Amino acid sequence: MTAMVDDAGAVASTNGQSALTVNSLWKVFGPRADKIVGSPEADLSRAELLAKTGCTAAVRDVSFDVAPGEVFVVMGLSGSGKSTLVRCLTRLIEPTAGQITIDGEEVVGMSDTRLRELRRHHVSMVFQHFGLLPHRKVIDNVGYGLEVRGESKTDRRARAQEMVDLVGLSGNENAYPDQLSGGMQQRVGLARALAVNPSVLLFDEPFSALDPLIRRDMQNEVIRLHHEVGKTMVFITHDLAEALKLGDRILIMRDGALVQMGTPAEVVATPADDYVRDFVSEVPRSHVLTLAWVMRPPRPDEALTGPEMTPDTIVRDAARRVIDAADPVKVVDNGELLGVVDQDDILRVIVAEETPS
Amino acid sequence: MTIELAELDHPAVEAPTPPDEESNRKRWWALGAALAVWVVVGTVLSGRNTQDLPNAELTGFQTWLTDLYGNLQDAKFNGDWFIKPAVWIGDSLDWIVTTLQHLFVSDPDRPLQVAQFGWAGVVALVVLIAYALSGARIAVLSLAVLLAIGYAGYWEAGIDTLIVTGVAVVICVLIGIPTAIWMSRSSAASAAITPVLDAMQTMPAFAYLAPLALLFGIGNSGAVVVTLIYALPPLVRITAHALGTVSPTTVEATASLGSTENQQTRKVRLPMSKRTIIVGLNQTIMAALSMATIAAFIAGPGLGQPIVRALNILNVGVAFVAGACVVLLAIMLDRATERAGIRAELAARSGGNENVRRIVLGVLGVAAVIALYLSHSQLRWSVFPESDFGAQVARRVNDWTDAFTGAVGDFTAWVNDTATTYLLNNLEDLLANSPWWLVAAAILTVAALLGGAGKGSFQRVVTGVALCSLAVLAAGYYAGSVPDINWVPYWTGVVVLLAVGGYLGAGEAFLPTAVCLTLIFGVGLWNDSMVTLSMTLFATLVVMIFGVTIGTWMGRSHRVDAAVRPFLDFLQTMPALVYLIPALALFPPGKFLAIAAAVLYASPVAIKIAADGIRSVSPTTVEAAQAIGSNRWQMISKVQLPMSKGSMVLAANQGLLFVLSMVVIGALVGGGSLGYLVISGFSQGQLYGKGLAAAIAITALGIMLDRITVHTAARYGRAETA
Ligand SMILES: Nc1ncnc2c1ncn2[C@@H]1O[C@H](COP(=O)(O)OP(=O)(O)OP(=O)(O)O)[C@@H](O)[C@H]1O
Ligand SMILES: [Mg+2]
Repeated sequence: MTAMVDDAGAVASTNGQSALTVNSLWKVFGPRADKIVGSPEADLSRAELLAKTGCTAAVRDVSFDVAPGEVFVVMGLSGSGKSTLVRCLTRLIEPTAGQITIDGEEVVGMSDTRLRELRRHHVSMVFQHFGLLPHRKVIDNVGYGLEVRGESKTDRRARAQEMVDLVGLSGNENAYPDQLSGGMQQRVGLARALAVNPSVLLFDEPFSALDPLIRRDMQNEVIRLHHEVGKTMVFITHDLAEALKLGDRILIMRDGALVQMGTPAEVVATPADDYVRDFVSEVPRSHVLTLAWVMRPPRPDEALTGPEMTPDTIVRDAARRVIDAADPVKVVDNGELLGVVDQDDILRVIVAEETPS
Repeated sequence: MTIELAELDHPAVEAPTPPDEESNRKRWWALGAALAVWVVVGTVLSGRNTQDLPNAELTGFQTWLTDLYGNLQDAKFNGDWFIKPAVWIGDSLDWIVTTLQHLFVSDPDRPLQVAQFGWAGVVALVVLIAYALSGARIAVLSLAVLLAIGYAGYWEAGIDTLIVTGVAVVICVLIGIPTAIWMSRSSAASAAITPVLDAMQTMPAFAYLAPLALLFGIGNSGAVVVTLIYALPPLVRITAHALGTVSPTTVEATASLGSTENQQTRKVRLPMSKRTIIVGLNQTIMAALSMATIAAFIAGPGLGQPIVRALNILNVGVAFVAGACVVLLAIMLDRATERAGIRAELAARSGGNENVRRIVLGVLGVAAVIALYLSHSQLRWSVFPESDFGAQVARRVNDWTDAFTGAVGDFTAWVNDTATTYLLNNLEDLLANSPWWLVAAAILTVAALLGGAGKGSFQRVVTGVALCSLAVLAAGYYAGSVPDINWVPYWTGVVVLLAVGGYLGAGEAFLPTAVCLTLIFGVGLWNDSMVTLSMTLFATLVVMIFGVTIGTWMGRSHRVDAAVRPFLDFLQTMPALVYLIPALALFPPGKFLAIAAAVLYASPVAIKIAADGIRSVSPTTVEAAQAIGSNRWQMISKVQLPMSKGSMVLAANQGLLFVLSMVVIGALVGGGSLGYLVISGFSQGQLYGKGLAAAIAITALGIMLDRITVHTAARYGRAETA
């Protein structure tokens, strides 16, 4: 996915605008929830707050930016507030406080009509349990978003058919949802979200109801679609492997609050606290870390005659050549020597994974 | 297609944590003590302060009601503004029904005038509609049913019943679906409407007649109004429930695509609840048919008339034939809606035999046009051919009944006499012949002890009950010492009682019970109400014996369940009035006959709830008990019955309400008491007020029994069966 980011990142840096900005977002459930934010109670832990006021702070003071074309993953344990966060983005759940900007437009405080326009044209969402209409054929499920915004039947049929083909469901357009497997149903969900041609796609644990093999297929499907349509994506998951596989950046939540945000390598290499460390302890680091994280300054006695590599090369991909090379590999970016990596450095990463910690 | 709506019926009552054993035991002791006091004091003071009111006498309140009736008639005549809406509604409904009658049935007022479209046209039309909505089999069924009804000699009455039912159901849909949508959208609306629906469903069918006839008149208009009001709640309830419980993910998903509220309702909620809504519609249709026959009491047209007339003169045979026609209609409508529900789903999906269907529809359509034309122009196709088939069957049935009675008459008479002398009369003595204040105090004690945990400790509850009983007692003595009811001490007693009971928090059922008893006393029909209550309790006892035994049997064996359930389903499709007929064949007219009909009527629902309760005892628990080595009897008595106590109380709740509603209708065959007053209120103008008062008392009885049992069930926690 890294290749993608490079293009998208370039787009982002040229116009300098982000697709989605969230600024100190709060969501508190419970009686008189709006009184909590800004009061001393807001500093209490979630459990204390619940005991004291009967309110649950599902999202606490979360801020982040998503660049156009970026795949932004939000992860955390069950109950950490991920679903609430993503639903606040289009106000399926009304945020308690904070600002949300999508495509330069302020979402909180938007009129109902504007909000509907936003949902109809700019942002769409894929759900864990699909949320398909059982009484409609696949094609009419896919066309639902177009239908509610008033497009003619022929237009939406054509567009829906395109989407059905895009997600690989050709031939099933006249089936009913209950005649499809879980994976196929989620493809319908995906096609429905894509049909309205949104600029931002939201995913709430779209694949956790699927079995592992189908899940891998679907992840690859998302990667493929991202290549083809290049949408901005906010992807919720509690599966770290999925997060690392798909995400350009990862935001980790605990008890509603942001714990760490960064690239997969950053998160794996420098966990912000024990919670994150616990999370990433199971991850094969060599699959995530890049040379930038394992290189070191050259020692005076080292010969700088080894092969050159870029700092964003994944350790696993570099391992063979580093171990085979007689001299340390030079890590070079734009002709500038950043550091070197030798066999020991590589082995340390790989062996560390194998010794149980 | 009957489903248990017990879950839906009382959604407001939550299951609290089950009460601890200790407090339960105390309650039962206290209850036993209260009953003992009641029996002893009641025997000693038997016959005093019974508030017995001779049939032809009216209290001041009842006279006032009679005058109110007269005043309303005058107001209608004078066109007073406040009565205008009711008059307008009544006239419009009457116009609709009369127009349909002109089209399809000859005018009952002018027997010589022939309908625009006679029987052949109607049959063809019904078959066409049945085929279009429910498919070939139902079309054949409808054809057979209509011809059978015609052949039996009840063509016009049958179509009249269909018209009243149909008009009422259409109005139900027009009112009910929007109301349900509103309820599903606004929790305030839901909170406001649900208690109204509760009250409507607790009200026995008979209690609707008088007040509504008062407003909307008797005949066509009154029949449609009572029918639609009686039939409306299931549709609203089930639809609102279905709309509100549509998969939240789907609702969220479609909202996330920018649907408006209206789009959500039209494209998501309604289509997704279609199946359930049709189940609600089915229940509404069955209720409508049942009420449309009962509406014969307020001169509603249709099959109810011959049934009531035949029952009046105790002619089982004629009642049987007319009743069979109603049952045939019930079967037809039930199966037709059931099939329509299934078809609604299949039709969208099957592309295969659509062509065959279209051709058949076309043929039937052409046939219908031809038949309509013929039935419009030729007498042969217009007036259903005369046949004495119905009369023959009636005679045959009467012969059988006589033979049967001759054979087993001694036995049924023995059952009748034994049950009456040893059980019913004693119960009636206790309730109706004890001083009213004693009975009131006893009922309140029962309500306080059984119905609801109360806010206070057990001691506080008992103190409260004792205090309240004292208040009633004092008021009772004082009131009793003055010949006419003395209102001042009466109300003082009531107020003291409510205040003390409320203060002590004697349990959720206490206040409603107190209010209902107050009403019963206030309308001046204490004694008659207690007679009705004793009949109701007695019948419910029998119903519960059936419910617990057959229910346990069914709940423990899938095979028994599969064998018995269709029979119960069938019994439940029979309109209420019909139940009197088999009872009349078995027993001599009188209270016991009414009780027998009520037992027949109420048993299916009670058995089903009991069976479901037993069935839903956690299989793990049953397995564990088996592993310990319980034998079958231990399993039933120590595990399954105790664990389904909540369901059993709920079965009793439904049993009581069904029984009450039938026991009063049983007045038609000698059941006496409140039901009799309702009927004589219709027939004798000066007794009108008393009939209306009886309707109020019936409703109050219903609400009281309902509240006590609902809260008892809640105390036992339906958690184990939910
Ligand atoms: N409607 C609600 N009312 C009250 N509390 C809620 C509501 N919705 C969510 N919560 C609470 O907010 C917290 C966050 O819930 P959320 O569903 O966002 O978690 P999540 O991270 O998506 O978990 P999961 O991985 O299980 O989906 C939880 O403690 C939950 O109990
Ligand atoms: Mg979630």
